[in-house]
Amino acid sequence: MLKWPLRLEKRAVPSGSLRLTAPLLAVLAMVITGFVVFSLLGQAPLQALKLFFITPLTTVYGLGELLLKATPLVLCALGLALGFRANVWNIGAEGQLTLGALCSGGVALFWAPALGNLALPLALVAGTAGGMAWAAIPAWLRTRFNTSEILVSLMLVYIAQLWLVMMLHGSWRDPDGFNFPQSRAFADGLLLPLLWEGQRANWAVWFTLVLALMSWLFSSQLFAGYRMLVSGEAPAAAAYAGFSERWTIWLALLISGGCAGLAGACEVLGPIGRLQTTISPGYGFAAIIVAFVGRLHPVGIVLAGLLMSLLYLGGENVQLELQLPSAMTGLFQGTLLFYLLAADLFINFRLPLASTPKVRP
Amino acid sequence: MTADRPERLRLTSICKRYGELKANDQIDLAVGAGEIHAVLGENGAGKSTLMKIIYGVTQPDSGTLFWEGQPVEIQSPAIARQLGIGMVFQHFALFQTLTVAQNIALALEADIDDTELARRITEVSQRYGLPVDPQRLVHTMSVGERQRVEIVRCLLQSPKLLIMDEPTSVLTPMAVQTLFVTLRRLASEGVSILYISHKLDEIRSLCDSATVLRGGRVVTHTLPRNESNDSLARLMVGSAPAPCVLELQDTGAKQLEVNDYCLASPEAFGVDLQDINLTVRSGEIVGIAGVSGNGQKELAAALSGETVGPHRGWLRIAGQTADHQGPTRRRALGMAFVPEERLGRGAVPNLSLADNALLTGSAMGLATKGVRRPRRMAAYAREIIQRFKVRCGGEQSIAQSLSGGNLQKFIVGREIGLQPKLLLVSQPTWGVDVSAAQLIRNALIELRNSGAAILVISEELDELFMICDRIAVITKGRLSPAYPRAQLSTESIGLLMSGSEGEQHA
Amino acid sequence: MSSDLFIAIFTSTIVAATPLVYAALGELVVERAGVLNLGVEGMMLIGALAAFAVNASTGHTGLAYMAAALAAALLALLFAILTLSLQANQVATGLALTLFGLGLSAFLGRNLAGMPAVTLQPLALPWLRDLPLIGPLLFRFDAAVYGSLLLYWAISHFLRNTRAGLRLRAVGESATVAHSLGQPVMRIRYAATLFGGLTSGLAGAYLSTALTPMWVEGMSSGRGWIALALVVFATWRPARVLLGAYLFGGMTVLQLHSQALGLHVPSEALSMLPYIATIVVLVLICRNPKTILLNQPASLGRNFHPDA
Repeated sequence: MLKWPLRLEKRAVPSGSLRLTAPLLAVLAMVITGFVVFSLLGQAPLQALKLFFITPLTTVYGLGELLLKATPLVLCALGLALGFRANVWNIGAEGQLTLGALCSGGVALFWAPALGNLALPLALVAGTAGGMAWAAIPAWLRTRFNTSEILVSLMLVYIAQLWLVMMLHGSWRDPDGFNFPQSRAFADGLLLPLLWEGQRANWAVWFTLVLALMSWLFSSQLFAGYRMLVSGEAPAAAAYAGFSERWTIWLALLISGGCAGLAGACEVLGPIGRLQTTISPGYGFAAIIVAFVGRLHPVGIVLAGLLMSLLYLGGENVQLELQLPSAMTGLFQGTLLFYLLAADLFINFRLPLASTPKVRP
Repeated sequence: MTADRPERLRLTSICKRYGELKANDQIDLAVGAGEIHAVLGENGAGKSTLMKIIYGVTQPDSGTLFWEGQPVEIQSPAIARQLGIGMVFQHFALFQTLTVAQNIALALEADIDDTELARRITEVSQRYGLPVDPQRLVHTMSVGERQRVEIVRCLLQSPKLLIMDEPTSVLTPMAVQTLFVTLRRLASEGVSILYISHKLDEIRSLCDSATVLRGGRVVTHTLPRNESNDSLARLMVGSAPAPCVLELQDTGAKQLEVNDYCLASPEAFGVDLQDINLTVRSGEIVGIAGVSGNGQKELAAALSGETVGPHRGWLRIAGQTADHQGPTRRRALGMAFVPEERLGRGAVPNLSLADNALLTGSAMGLATKGVRRPRRMAAYAREIIQRFKVRCGGEQSIAQSLSGGNLQKFIVGREIGLQPKLLLVSQPTWGVDVSAAQLIRNALIELRNSGAAILVISEELDELFMICDRIAVITKGRLSPAYPRAQLSTESIGLLMSGSEGEQHA
Repeated sequence: MSSDLFIAIFTSTIVAATPLVYAALGELVVERAGVLNLGVEGMMLIGALAAFAVNASTGHTGLAYMAAALAAALLALLFAILTLSLQANQVATGLALTLFGLGLSAFLGRNLAGMPAVTLQPLALPWLRDLPLIGPLLFRFDAAVYGSLLLYWAISHFLRNTRAGLRLRAVGESATVAHSLGQPVMRIRYAATLFGGLTSGLAGAYLSTALTPMWVEGMSSGRGWIALALVVFATWRPARVLLGAYLFGGMTVLQLHSQALGLHVPSEALSMLPYIATIVVLVLICRNPKTILLNQPASLGRNFHPDA
């Protein structure tokens, strides 16, 4: 028998206030870790933290970059959160994003002249549909063959990326591109309009905000949102109530796939402007962290997406200014999620340090 | 404790709290060598907690245990077993995928080689008339056989004290008598037995002495032989509740018809339903009795629509074929359902009662055109709370903050509030205190009197005799015909239970 | 097919499968104890990095493998503390572990990319290695390959024949029951999780010292996830893990030998094969829900708290 140095006592009811403070605690712990890491790397920690977390926000261009990087993160996370709440673990957003890019890129490359003004909206729709189709595979395999959506959606990430590379080495390669594996640049009219001049954030921000609002409406107001919530909280209760598991799985995967596909489309139709072998620096995976840090709630996700975006910018900034590796970003992201999971403990448990005195005669 | 026996176990002022609940409050108890000592009390009186403390599964917050006169701290079941304490759990502590011998090996301290172990198992099982095959896989065994494995496992460690937690709830009446013979024999060899039960007849016929618990406290120590069922019941409950009144009435249309229904269990080691025939009419309560693990869960899931697999035979609800329909469609036909698990099935633990009202209440206008109606949800929850005297902090209380009895009242209330033509209730009063149980039973009878058809699945025979017009028995996934209550007795039901399972009371 | 080509395909299959064997066998033990650690990929990467760093700086491969096992086990310890002691959700924590391992290894390995390193050398098996056909086929592998077979034997024996293995399986079926019988559930689960970390580390080490002796960010490229799938494919049985790993090894080397075999398919399409095969294999095994129900450790992924 292990004697626990700390005895945990399960709370009768999960603490609501801690549910909100846990992410803040996690962010604080991450910043402290950053302090330690920078010190260990021989940097003045406060200076480095400032360069990491503050400096990127001091220019208009920087704010644009913040929005630009937050957009795909939030888009993916909104969809993923819907599934996570319902116990559907789509972790292949990166692949769905890639397929979204591939599909919208295909429309932009080959059908743009024929479609005229409709080319941009249809490319966005194609991207969304591509993401959905890619997510439909794990949905179908899970509902029809009982196959883990975690593993299938993840395998599809690699397949999607290889597919993209295959196309770019093959028929989609830019004939004037010196054999470089990338497509022709899209025509100007095919790119999403910028929010304002002098920076790179574009209309994708509006799509994201609208989707965040819809996501909030869905989960807090609609019966369908309630059904998904019950499926995640208590699957047996959902079965008892007659909420179809298949319906939940399909909906969760289609929506999250669609969101990720749209994110991919917005990347290639926005800042990238063509198809290339790497569409995202791991947005689809980082979105998992965004979803959790945002407490699977739309408002939280928007905030967490901005934070995560800042981690990317900060990583780039310290690389530029202090010659520190940009991989700091991944390190911060990972630790943040860990701290959050640890902080979550206190939502369901408490340390009965003084509350229950032990009397032993 | 009778004076002529040396003392084996003594507890003084044992206290254990779970959050706000005082599960055990200043409990004193003493058991002598060779004594069969009953611990009785209604659900939630603190019996199980006390036994877990004695067996080292949980630790008391305060108080002392004396073992053969010495103060001890029993920090784990391993220590309890070293002292000579064995326990037969109500919900068996057996691993389904392992063999009998492996299950027993896991509980033994010393590593014994397999042939020696098999020999000792056979020896003990023959000596006490508890036949078990060491090489059998547990999941292939009946519930009664599994209990024998549990008992043999305890006996192999030559215990001085054996704790039996509600052992008869898994036995047919005949098998109960066989068990008693074994227990008396053990006692005569000097083994002390702590016998936990809420069945008064059994305690009076088996036990030398008794400790009665109520609300976590000791009410009295008494000699059961000198008590009557009534006096024991009063000690347990405080005051005897008014009995249920079930007046004969005419029945109406068939609300549920099941014909030659066969359905394979979707669970790994579940029971397959075979040739189920059953009819329930408006204005009657039909009960389904049976020893646990004989297909009750599977039958409930098949009728509610949670399991709609490939099947033979057919099933009609309110005259309409419903074989292939899920729970939602079946509800639309006028059926409602109270499942046996409350938290996690009948209610979502982390959601409020108002939110839980919506679980089955969407057809009541709690959601219209796909949009939730929070005010109506709250109003409906409030109505249930009032009508069924649910003790809670209002309709926004989280389901898991309610006690088992109060949550059950809420769930029963929610389903009755749907005004079903057919209500299916699984284990209506499991783990529910007596007053809540009585309220639930009376609500069921009232619903029947107003013309609904009700099917009750319960492992409590007494309860079925109280509220049912007709009773059928389920054994190994087969259902007997339903007989009018007046034609049945405990003995005849016992015969039906063991009809196809003769080996269980070998 | 010439015998040389056959030997080449056979041996490279075994080599390509070896990291999968290590990782999947370890995860099998973890899952048999009822713990689902989705962080295999992350632990592998940390292991690969640790092994590469030690190997490049000391040139001592034995030390490198030890460092890899230790580093990955530390990550597993983190997982164990979070999920076992602190009751965090196993799926979410496993994902976090993978993301963390990815980030941490990229961060720590920033200066190692492109550095040359010593390749793990074949074991000197005099006489045996010179046997005709058998020699080149079976006796020219490095120590880690034979080690993986030893590990397979040890784990099968442990699970099937030892009391400790029985305990582990019991905890995997029901932690609650095991606890009520006085089995040290926490200790067993901690030990299993750490063991899984250890072997994932070895798997990673094999990547960066033998399979592709260098350090590249994210070099495990999904092998950790394939190992997880292999455990399901194997229905939690060690022998089938071995079989599955060699099947997958065969698929990954197809690409290397495609030209010799006369296949004219884009190399990306061949690279997709293992991932597609993973999906196909999962479908075949999971198609019948009872197969999974009957074989999967019943408490897999469920948290257990001794007081609750």
